[in-house]
Amino acid sequence: MDNSNIKSSPAAAQDTKKSGGSARTKMFLRMITASLIIRRSRMLAALMSIAIGATILSGLVTIYYDVPRQMGAQFRSYGANMILTGADGAFTQEDMDFALSQLGSAEVVGAAPYRYDNVRINESPVVAAGTDMQQASAASPYWSIEGELPASSGQIMVGAKIADSFRLKEGGYVTVTYTPELETEDGEVTADELMDFEITAILQTGGSEENYVYMSTEDIEALTGETDRIDVAELSISAGSGELSGFADKINSGSDAVSARLVKRVTASETTVLTKLQALVLLVTIVVLALTMICVATTMTAVVAERRREIGLRKAIGASDQSIIKEFMGESILLGLLGGILGSVLGFVFAQEVSVRVFSSSISFRPLLVPITVLVSIAVTGLSSLFPIKSATEVDPALVLKGE
Amino acid sequence: MSLLELKNVYKIYGQLHALDNVSMKVEKGEWVSIMGPSGSGKSTMMNIIGCMDKPSQGEVLLDGEDISKKDAKSLTTIRRDKIGLIFQQFHLVNYLTAVENVMLAQYYHSLPDEKEAMEALERVGLADRAKHLPSQLSGGEQQRVCVARALINHPEIILADEPTGNLDEANEKIVVDLFHKLHNEGTTLIVVTHDPEVAQVAQRMVVLRSGKLSKEVVNEHFTGEISYAD
Repeated sequence: MDNSNIKSSPAAAQDTKKSGGSARTKMFLRMITASLIIRRSRMLAALMSIAIGATILSGLVTIYYDVPRQMGAQFRSYGANMILTGADGAFTQEDMDFALSQLGSAEVVGAAPYRYDNVRINESPVVAAGTDMQQASAASPYWSIEGELPASSGQIMVGAKIADSFRLKEGGYVTVTYTPELETEDGEVTADELMDFEITAILQTGGSEENYVYMSTEDIEALTGETDRIDVAELSISAGSGELSGFADKINSGSDAVSARLVKRVTASETTVLTKLQALVLLVTIVVLALTMICVATTMTAVVAERRREIGLRKAIGASDQSIIKEFMGESILLGLLGGILGSVLGFVFAQEVSVRVFSSSISFRPLLVPITVLVSIAVTGLSSLFPIKSATEVDPALVLKGE
Repeated sequence: MSLLELKNVYKIYGQLHALDNVSMKVEKGEWVSIMGPSGSGKSTMMNIIGCMDKPSQGEVLLDGEDISKKDAKSLTTIRRDKIGLIFQQFHLVNYLTAVENVMLAQYYHSLPDEKEAMEALERVGLADRAKHLPSQLSGGEQQRVCVARALINHPEIILADEPTGNLDEANEKIVVDLFHKLHNEGTTLIVVTHDPEVAQVAQRMVVLRSGKLSKEVVNEHFTGEISYAD
């Protein structure tokens, strides 16, 4: 053959090397794509199993990471998950603002300060809770409120049991009496403070909340004459239990006046459910990936058996074991790549569907999951192909070419 | 120095002597045919010469180098660099076109070069069928692609196993004419065949029987052209 066109200068040699490399790459890609296309029905089955595996992987990992948020939102309907109390009995609004500032960017669903004072209705003792009505309602979504939350001064919400005891009804009026315990300078007890309230709502919870009357912080301060006192604050925060513990530690170490603790019955349930759910997700993912590996390994084994003659021919005309490995691995990687891309898209659709149906909320797309899914798909496909590819390198060209 | 020399070569499978003390030489540029009935050891000899098998005993010198003790990796390299194989059943990759099948041998040898592969197809008269898949080619055309693939890396020896076994008379003549052309260009040819008419075209005919070299006939009227008895 004529070799006169072979160049000899270093630059020309570099050019030849580059064009030769690109010709090799082109030939390699042509071989692996043509090989996949000619066996499309078999390869489609392998591709579908990889895509299904990648879909489950991508979908479940999306759910795995989104479940804490989703579950957190679900658990918020059970009420506050953090309680603030004063180190010496009570604390101030400034202390509470400090505690809230320690929560960083966490979503605070509700932060309700409460102060409790003994008052009288119809001369009978009752506990009145002064709070921010909107925040209290947000922190306790399980409250069943008949009527409208008190929105202005002079309005009150009455617990169902109190309402029953005193025959109070929504739309009616009630007089609340407060007796200060202070004595004047001349030793006389100060006179009772009286305030008339319009009952705008009756509160039903099935719990101890039905034994209180609720009014705004401003009204209770006006009634009692005592300002800026908080006995307890209930916080409902959208965060996992680990994160919540971190917030509590931060508040406790940063403030002497206020003490934060978690509502164990909520956070512990949340943790238990999350742990079980995440373990289930992990288990299903492992099983699906194992099934995918079995399916791909079976397909590749069949492909190698089907191509024994071709492998023998390639070896006969000079293919090394490395070349055979490279070609079969190239086909596997291409399958893994396509399956991974397909799985990433379908996985998001799957996760979205699960999220909407189970948690009634949508999930956000995580771009980082695409390369991770693709890489895992390639790795799973490559691993599954190891044994079939090893058997391909063991094909004896002499036996195959004789048709044995 | 001979291009190929077999010295007291044995290939033994259990009690069976597939090759039994075979010695022979092939000179550079020579055209030798190997004949014999089924089970005579032709295929075993072809596998050993083609670096696809190793003898149980004896030496095989290719270009002065003893290949009988080489490992599989070295044999692959020698086969790739020095031997061009032609098969009875053509063995083309069914999903690659004719020119790609020729380039496949280049790919494993050095670098695929479509221009060179096209020139090889031109030499076997198939330039116009270069983009066809094997299933779109006749048996004769497939065998010519196989010849082009064997030639592309300029091997020391072309080793053909029953190259006309699956061809009709017309295509057989085309292939033998191609061998004649290659011989004239100085290519060394070893053709294993059942067909006496194809065997007799060669310069020398070696006959194997029960693993032994039973006869060696030199063609004194060598023309390189096939002639058929009426």
